[in-house]
Amino acid sequence: MRSLDPTERAVVNGLQGGFPLTQRPFRDAGAKLGLSEGEMIDCIGGLLAGGQLSRFGPLWNAEQMGGAVCLAAIAVPPERFEEVAELVNAHAEIAHNYERDHELNMWFVVSAAEPGRIDQVIAEIERETGLAVRAMPKTREFFVGFRVEV
Amino acid sequence: MLDAIDRKLVAATQTGLPLVSEPYRVLGERLGLAEAEVIARLQRLLDDGAIRRIGAIPNHYALGYTANGMSVWDVADESVAEVGARVGALDFVTHCYERPRYLPLWPYNLFAMVHGRTRDEVRTKVAEIAALVGPAARAHEVLFSTRILKKTGLRIAA
Repeated sequence: MRSLDPTERAVVNGLQGGFPLTQRPFRDAGAKLGLSEGEMIDCIGGLLAGGQLSRFGPLWNAEQMGGAVCLAAIAVPPERFEEVAELVNAHAEIAHNYERDHELNMWFVVSAAEPGRIDQVIAEIERETGLAVRAMPKTREFFVGFRVEV
Repeated sequence: MLDAIDRKLVAATQTGLPLVSEPYRVLGERLGLAEAEVIARLQRLLDDGAIRRIGAIPNHYALGYTANGMSVWDVADESVAEVGARVGALDFVTHCYERPRYLPLWPYNLFAMVHGRTRDEVRTKVAEIAALVGPAARAHEVLFSTRILKKTGLRIAA
């Protein structure tokens, strides 16, 4: 992992939100960080090329777009783990899937444009794997003030 | 709800803004919209919560935040709103949700995702949450991710 230079650090720490909606947003955001418009654009381009940023722009809220997202977990017998991971991952609706250290050891996110599709995908996975899928839809979301500090 | 033009804006920006001095004008040219309309729509979508924020979206792993702990808490139903609000406000919590329990396998109803450079750093942060929450949490655990089995970006059809 390459360490960030002070300019890159300032951009990552200072710009995780609040990018201006103005005609010259890189210039305006740079003014607060002591950077020129050109330095801002070059720096962000470099961070994207280097993979330190996954994107630069709006972070869209999938649910507000009429889509639906649901976390789900399965307690997979260890000897079947790879086979079940393949069956789950084969569904296009599975965006993320993680192995975690718990009896419920497979945690994935089902996302679909149509809310009704979530239950269908979960039923398909239960049928294909013969294992119970515990759907864990969020019942309440709390505001988070998260920033990565580098 | 988003209209057809909003959805075009989603499709045009979900991989990012153009890295040019006037990104909203360039976006408008691609979509046949005036720059002022692009800016006004993005502002409205931000105000409505359809856009969570605009800026740098870090890749946690590439920045050294390789430990990812899902802390889960058993909080009395009547306290979860108040406790969740306080936990979510911590600057190291990336997501904070109430979710259903599956007793007896799964007694936890509050989820707070914590990222750190090491597992010890995550455990230290979880201990901070435990101290903040106090006896309102009857039990908690941290589930570390031991492997990424699949990860794809959000894809929304225009």
